[in-house]
Order: sequence, then structure tokens, then C-alpha cells
Amino acid sequence: MSVTSDSSIYPRPAAGVHPPNTTADYRSSRLRHPKEPLVVIPHTPSELTGPAYPYGHLAALDADLTKQHAGEPIGQRITLQGRVLDEDGRPVPQTLVEIWQANAAGRYTHAKDNNRAPLDPNFSGAGRTLTDAEGRWRFVTIMPGAYPWPNHYNAWRPRHVHFSLFGQNFLTRLITQMYFPGDPLHALDPVMNSVPDPRGRERLICAFDIDRTEPDWALGFTWDIVLRGRHATPMETR
Amino acid sequence: MMGERRALTPFQPTGPYPQVMLDLPTGTAIPLSAAARGERIVIAGRLLDGSGAPIFDAMIETWQADATGCYAHPHDPRAAGADPGFWGYRRVATDNDGRFLIETIKPGPTSPSDGGNVRPAPHVVVGIYGGGIPYRYVTRMYFGDEPANGTDAILALVPERRRSTLMARRDGNTYQFDIRLQGEGETVFFDV
Repeated sequence: MSVTSDSSIYPRPAAGVHPPNTTADYRSSRLRHPKEPLVVIPHTPSELTGPAYPYGHLAALDADLTKQHAGEPIGQRITLQGRVLDEDGRPVPQTLVEIWQANAAGRYTHAKDNNRAPLDPNFSGAGRTLTDAEGRWRFVTIMPGAYPWPNHYNAWRPRHVHFSLFGQNFLTRLITQMYFPGDPLHALDPVMNSVPDPRGRERLICAFDIDRTEPDWALGFTWDIVLRGRHATPMETR
Repeated sequence: MMGERRALTPFQPTGPYPQVMLDLPTGTAIPLSAAARGERIVIAGRLLDGSGAPIFDAMIETWQADATGCYAHPHDPRAAGADPGFWGYRRVATDNDGRFLIETIKPGPTSPSDGGNVRPAPHVVVGIYGGGIPYRYVTRMYFGDEPANGTDAILALVPERRRSTLMARRDGNTYQFDIRLQGEGETVFFDV
């Protein structure tokens, strides 16, 4: 691999793929977005490197959120799995995948979450794993609950799991949320709908997978995650 | 190795509780090693919104080179010389006053981009995530007392009247770096 700072190998995401910095319906974004234009910069070694190595330390139970305490958490046991790929369909191996989520009642293990729903002493709601050589990852957890939030009258977040990924460098960093299929709250959610392209919103929804569902034990869901890619440029066509 | 073209997974905000992820006691919360070479510094700042109010539910992450300007990453031509005792990644949640505190070492000047021969001024890449932030913000912290700031190619792209928003102010071993997302003194953010 040649070392180059040519931005064309990491093209900027097309307009409408990611949410804009603010939308009228996502209230807390109003005072939290810049009014000055972003300054476009070329990719230097500072962007083309990133916290890819080393990965830190993983504990054996980091990927099983149902076994981090003395007892089992309340809720529907589920498995989440999929692959991390780049835009050219290449697997992203050995990359850190982190998740966090509310408990089955829709409450986070966080002092500032004042949702009137019970905490679960057997559920912290955070997990971490590395992808394998084919970019595959897997978590065992419980189905998170929907929860109310103060964005507007009778606002409820659809059930979701937060994801954080690093990929190859600082440009490939992704933080997002994964939603569950068939949730009637999707159409009403200003966070999910901050993604302008309806096809983009679809890509945030995992799929129920009977083949990954384990008899007498857990429902399975699959979801592939696509990070920004190092595109082949015309110069590199072979 | 190439497969079928795939469409990007869109960004979503961390929401107000990135601390739940940061609380998992293993992984990336690696303290600054006693073995790290270079000058120990603290980056201290506040994250403020368009009304000047503190943003108490955000996460700040930093990525930087080591004391000699090497990134521990295969893309850096000088990666082999990177300090094995230093990891250039940090992340912290902001507190009730919007404050963040990052213990690190002062980075050296990094390698120039291909085709360039002027070394960039020492800097720290900063990512900002949080509730009400649908898509991350990227900025850079420069060191206000560095003469190399005058020849830095990225700073040269920033309108002169706004460059001061990227300059950390030294106070002992602390560099003060406030980030304003909107309004008076709005920090410069980059499209990368």
C-alpha cells in the first residue's frame, strides 16, 4: 500500500447520507450546531491515521451483556450479529465494536436518566468486541425498551442500540444507532428521521434472522455496518 | 478482496448517555502510561452551546502523535519510531459544567503530507459527539505558543479572523481549550 494524502481515496460522503448538523424537529440540536461553514481540508497523516492499534483490553464477558452481573437481566434475550464492511464490500477485520443501550424497561444505567422505569441490578447495558478476520461481530444482550424523552409532547424513542466503531483511521469513525424491524415509533422519531434519505434510514434497521435464533434460548437479529472506504481511484485501476 | 459496492451506514447521535459506554471498565480507558516519553500536559476546556450554556452530555475524543510527531499507525511513514509507551487516543465525557480534562503528552510536529516538505505545527485532532449532535464535529487544537503555527498548511485554510478559536492557551502545564459550537467565538470545525 502506498502512502498518500490524496483525498480522492477517501471520498467525502455524498450529500444526504449522514444527518445535517441540525434539523427543526430535533430540538436539542438548535443551539448545538455551528452557523459558520465547515472548513474543507485535505486528508493529512492526522486524518489518515487513527486509534486502530492497539485496541485496548477486552474482558471475556464484554460481548455478553447478560453475564456481567450475578444474576440474569430481565427482558427478552437476543443475539445481535453482523459484519463490518467498507464501501467496496471489503471486510474490516480486528476493529473495535462497542454498544450501549437502555434496559428492558427503557432506562439507562446513568444517574441523569430520570425516566420513571426501574433499573435492573443485573444489567449495565454496555458491551465491546473485536471483529474477526471476516469482519464479523456478535453480542448477546436483551431487547431494549422504548422510552419517553422531552423533545416534544409525548415523544418516545424507538427501541435502539447505540454503536461505536473505529475502522482504519480517523475518517472511518462511526457512531450510530441500530433499530429493530417493525417498530411503529420509527416514523415519529426525529433522531432516526434526521437521516434525509429513506434508504439510509432503512440501513439503520436490523433484520430478524430465524437462522440466528437459538431454540429455547434467544431471538437472533443481523445487521451489517458499512464504514467509509478507501476507494480505488482511476489511477489505481488494474 | 473487493466485494459489491455498499452504501454507508448513516451517523446518529450518541444521545445524552455516552458515559454508559465509557463506564465499561475495560478497553479504551487506558491511563497515560508512566513510560510515555515527552512533556506531560493537561488539555482542559469547556464545551458550550449557542447560548453560552455548558453541554453536559457530550463526549470529547482526541487523537494525536507522540512527542516526536509519530503516529502509531501503519499509514505514518515514521510509525516504526512511535513511542510504544504512548497511545494517542483519549476520550472523556463532559461534566455538569461542560468541562473536559485530558491528560496526555505534548505532540511533536507530524510528518508532512506527500508532496509537502513543511512539517505541520503540533496539533491534536478533536472529535465531538453528544445529545443534539446528529453528526460528529471535527476540529483541531493547536498550541498557542508554537512558532510553527505560522506555516501550518491547514491553519492557512482557516480565515485569519477565526484562527484564534483553534489556539490553546498555556497556563503552567495546562492548555486551556474551550469549544463553542455556535455563536460568538464559534470554534472552527472541519469537513474531512
